Amino acid sequence: MKVLVAVKRVIDYNVKVRVKADNTDVDLTNVKMAMNPFCEIAVEEAVRLKERGVASEIVAVTVGPKAAQEQLRTALALGADRAIHIETDDKVESAVAAKLLAKVVEEEQPGLTLLGKQAIDTDNNQTGQMLAALTGQPQGTFASEIQVEDDKLRVTREIDGGLQTLELSLPAVVTTDLRLNEPRYAKLPDIMKAKKKTIDTKSPSDLGVETSANVELLKVETPAEREGGVKVSSVDELVDKLKNEAKVIS
Amino acid sequence: MSILVIAEHHDGQLADATAHVVAAAQQIQQAGGGDIELLVIGDGVQAVAESAAGLDGVSKVRVADNAVYAHQLAEPTAELIASLAEEYSHVLAAASTTGKNVLPRVAALKDVSQLSDVIAVAGADTFKRPIYAGNAIATVRSGDALKVVTVRATAFDAVGEGPSATIEAVDTVVENTLSSFVSEELATGDRPELGSAKVVISGGRGMGNGENFKLLEGIADKLGAAIGASRAAVDAGFVPNDMQVGQTGKIVAPDLYIAVGISGAIQHLAGMKDSKVIVAINKDDEAPIFQVADYGLVADLFEALPELESKL
Repeated sequence: MKVLVAVKRVIDYNVKVRVKADNTDVDLTNVKMAMNPFCEIAVEEAVRLKERGVASEIVAVTVGPKAAQEQLRTALALGADRAIHIETDDKVESAVAAKLLAKVVEEEQPGLTLLGKQAIDTDNNQTGQMLAALTGQPQGTFASEIQVEDDKLRVTREIDGGLQTLELSLPAVVTTDLRLNEPRYAKLPDIMKAKKKTIDTKSPSDLGVETSANVELLKVETPAEREGGVKVSSVDELVDKLKNEAKVIS
Repeated sequence: MSILVIAEHHDGQLADATAHVVAAAQQIQQAGGGDIELLVIGDGVQAVAESAAGLDGVSKVRVADNAVYAHQLAEPTAELIASLAEEYSHVLAAASTTGKNVLPRVAALKDVSQLSDVIAVAGADTFKRPIYAGNAIATVRSGDALKVVTVRATAFDAVGEGPSATIEAVDTVVENTLSSFVSEELATGDRPELGSAKVVISGGRGMGNGENFKLLEGIADKLGAAIGASRAAVDAGFVPNDMQVGQTGKIVAPDLYIAVGISGAIQHLAGMKDSKVIVAINKDDEAPIFQVADYGLVADLFEALPELESKL
């Protein structure tokens, strides 16, 4: 079974973002970029499926600027067999990304498509669900465990209040939650080997998809700062403050 | 055109989140929107519909009650909502795991974009939402005829009771051959639900192990609080993941949030920094949590917690 994995280049999760002075967006100049953490988990899961003999080929795909090839190389170093880069400098919203990925699914016919549950920049949590809808496939979102059994996929999902297990017919779309696995690090020889693997570059117009946005970004602001509080010296003082100053307990 | 709110419900009961989403719908209504209708989807949900009909500002409740909608699986649920969406200008749901699962599928079926986790209504088509783990707030305008929106429940005050709305059945049945429910494993407990509790006490890696979370229970009982956890505590296996507060877990905004043995990583702060009063108990006085805490106590939690419990 072929597995397609979508990855996204985003700001490194450790970086504290700054909003631009003109409030048009956050400032990404000279900021460290990396693969979105949820996408790393998706790549790892694909590689594990291959190691278990379930996946025959892993194709990594990304939508983004030329620099996003770095993240495809990372996916290749981790075990993906080849990659597809849909190159665009436009800011692509989830609905458009899903349309582009749906074209790739149509061409590649993977048995399973893996995505992260959300990107840590836009925090949308939409693309996987939208891709499933566009391809008419079932979805297993927020997955913390997946098992492939013949033409079925058993997926355990993290839901409010606990866990839920579903059975999906294949082909299907799965989005990964943090506890699905612990991604490995790429080893130097694998990084070298990844340089020889192929990356096909396509443009959105090759796929016949318009990248124009339906959602207009009007303004980006820094959230209201919390006032720095006080330190109390004892439990007694804390209880007193909560009762008499903050009045949140009685 | 009317605004459709998808009701959130669990175990045959209307969830509190619904009343918060209706509040967001009322703000859209005031900004030039139409009537607010609720859609209850599920299996055996008449009681949910009756509670929903009592919410203030709701003009009509529509009920799709059928075995195919049990557990609100994304495939049939999204198709049902999409089939009704023509009649509405907005489709809203709580940014719960159910809302997040279903609404993007609806948006794609209708070929529109979606706005996720909205925290403020700035107009009938303009909304504010957090990005980059809440480190920036974006104001966005949707150019789509149909606005598909998930709402951060804690950012809106719940509506109260109102005159009872009419209840109407939706007979559409969407057959589903793509997915089926296998099983569910729900954490049990008689504490308030984390997402809507007035007081939350959370433990982090500093708790040391799962056993030590018992130190939080006595305090939680006295305060009527829900117990949460940081991602570090969940990843270390101390507690189940549904207790996780943060960007990738639950977003809470209680009156009082007590963080115990939690350093205050960006991902955790994204889930709780809108709490009214934040208390931090940590032995490291350099911990970032103290920068957002209204009251900080630098102390060993194993001494401070029993003392706190005895003094409440």
